[in-house]
Amino acid sequence: MYKDICQKYTPTKDNLIYILHDIQDSHPQNYVSEEAVEEVADYLKIPVNHIYGVLTFYTMYSTKPRGKYVIRLCESPPCYLRGSTNILKKLKELLKIKAGETTTNGLFTLELCACLGLCGNAPVMMINNDFYGDLNDDKVENIINKLQETEV
Amino acid sequence: MKYFRNLILIETNESSIQKGSKEIFQALKKELMNKDLTDEINVLETGSLGLFGEGVCAVVYPDNIVYCNLTLDDIPELIEEHFVKGRVLTRLVMKKTVRNDIPLGYEKRIVLKNSGVINPENINDYLGVQGYEAWEHALLKKKPEEIVEIVKASGLRGRGGAGFPCGLKWSFTSSIESENKHVVINADEGEPGTFKDRLIMEGDPHKLLEGTMITSYAVGAHTAYIYIRGEYKLCIERLQKAIKQAYDYGLLGKNIFDTGYNLDVYLRIGAGAYVCGEETALIESMEGNRGNPRNKPPYPGQAGFQQYPTVVNNVETVTNIPSIILKGADWYKNIGTPESPGTKVFTILGDVDVPGLCEVEMGTTLRTIINRYGGGMKQGSRFKAALVGGAAGIFIPDEMLDVKMDFYSLAEYKAILGSGAILVMDNSVNIADMLESIIRFFRHESCGKCMPCSNGNEMLYRSIKAIKRGEADESELDKMVIIAETMHKTSFCALGQSLLLVVKSAIENFKDDFLTYLRNRKAVNN
Repeated sequence: MYKDICQKYTPTKDNLIYILHDIQDSHPQNYVSEEAVEEVADYLKIPVNHIYGVLTFYTMYSTKPRGKYVIRLCESPPCYLRGSTNILKKLKELLKIKAGETTTNGLFTLELCACLGLCGNAPVMMINNDFYGDLNDDKVENIINKLQETEV
Repeated sequence: MKYFRNLILIETNESSIQKGSKEIFQALKKELMNKDLTDEINVLETGSLGLFGEGVCAVVYPDNIVYCNLTLDDIPELIEEHFVKGRVLTRLVMKKTVRNDIPLGYEKRIVLKNSGVINPENINDYLGVQGYEAWEHALLKKKPEEIVEIVKASGLRGRGGAGFPCGLKWSFTSSIESENKHVVINADEGEPGTFKDRLIMEGDPHKLLEGTMITSYAVGAHTAYIYIRGEYKLCIERLQKAIKQAYDYGLLGKNIFDTGYNLDVYLRIGAGAYVCGEETALIESMEGNRGNPRNKPPYPGQAGFQQYPTVVNNVETVTNIPSIILKGADWYKNIGTPESPGTKVFTILGDVDVPGLCEVEMGTTLRTIINRYGGGMKQGSRFKAALVGGAAGIFIPDEMLDVKMDFYSLAEYKAILGSGAILVMDNSVNIADMLESIIRFFRHESCGKCMPCSNGNEMLYRSIKAIKRGEADESELDKMVIIAETMHKTSFCALGQSLLLVVKSAIENFKDDFLTYLRNRKAVNN
């Protein structure tokens, strides 16, 4: 099933990053599975352990299944100064999970990340491909509620 | 060609999209259609005006009025008042007097000149402001060596953090005979507090592209890559459009302007790693590896991407190039200071009244930047410190506020210009807390290749934790400085080396903040 994705790229190692991005984005659980790694290794003729090395190096990749919505809250100094710790508390409370975990209904994964380059709107988080800035408790609650509602 | 009586430019970038600029853009279009004004008034998207915390902003030309905090409900009134009745809707005009003449004249804009003025998604807009003239001039009238000499003479220094003379860097690569050379633009902006490159790419992608083209021609490269961090979706989108338009207009591709010169530009997308801002780590990442830095020498200029000579430049650096080529090295040298010519884009954030970005001449004092462009401190708060140069920067106390912001003056204070981030903190902030956040950042981003950095960060983190818990005494502070010094001397790349400045400046200038934690604990114990 991952063959189609691989074949969009020439089989050279410098395409690894893009293939992994594509595979992860295509998976409903936002991760790169063992099976996918095998197929990519086969396609690019590179060792499986090289791929795991790359996957675990970059923060955007995951080797374990994640929620439909991956929340990445910035904890770098500018967001920290603007209260990202409180936002983290609020998110944990709302979702009833800790950072790095996924909700039991498979909807949300909470992650912490480094500077997202939107410091003018700190504190900031990303949910999948979208930025959410100028966060406060109410705003966070609204965002999460809205996403939850669309799923019902 | 169609002529419009008025032009409305809506600021759209990742920040303003947060505030609903896309919806307002659509609403304006709809309202103009309702009022049958679409032949008279044009509405376009543009790059950053340099303001944050002012909601969605729009500029009206030629009246040159900035409206801000726009909401969907305001649109009918705005159109009716300003464009039908011809009266300025004062209720929505920007109140902040310090910045009311934005975007014209107040700053010294070279890199961001077109941001907030043209539509970044339309090449014709860029062509209308002398866009690609420098490219044409360089390719038709100048030899590559001449371009290198002009840039050398201009004194342009790298804007990514290290400040290496740009022309000199080019000359290493241009003089090498090789079947293949590359240019890589470093757009992997990850320094906390820095988003200048994002705003350049969102506001004027064509200018970056033109700079990239001239750089490639000067060093004799036929392929150029722009390496953007994966999170910058809007930059990626706008640059993809810009590249396509440039190909369509024959500005890229084979036999450009019938000179026989070929050039291809590709985008490369990162996957989230701060260390990839280091040029050799970036190249590793482009080759499909973990972003571990390489041994230097050989420098990328000799053996970089796929072992071919590769020039790696920062976005802001190359965006300066078109203006230098058009106006000459002497013009550029007269801006800024003799040792650090040109302008610098700063991002001002934290406890200031108007967070945002500004492009000013090198050598402008920190005080001026904070007071004039950041609007001064937030109401009711007093300045305590500014973290200058990103997470790997330096904490500047009150006494040093008059430091001139250029490579040379900052070096006198053992400080660095870094990425141009200025994070302002008021007196409610404890610097020990900030330092903890900074060390946590480095601990997470250390790539693990060399022992001093991976262990050193862990040790620093444990120390600061112990101090905050009050489980240490004052000697722990000296220990932290010694660890950071060791890391500075022995780490493999700049990531581990750069903690010294931030750790030392925090402890030396704000020792009391650390002692507070230690004292509190002692008080509890007694």
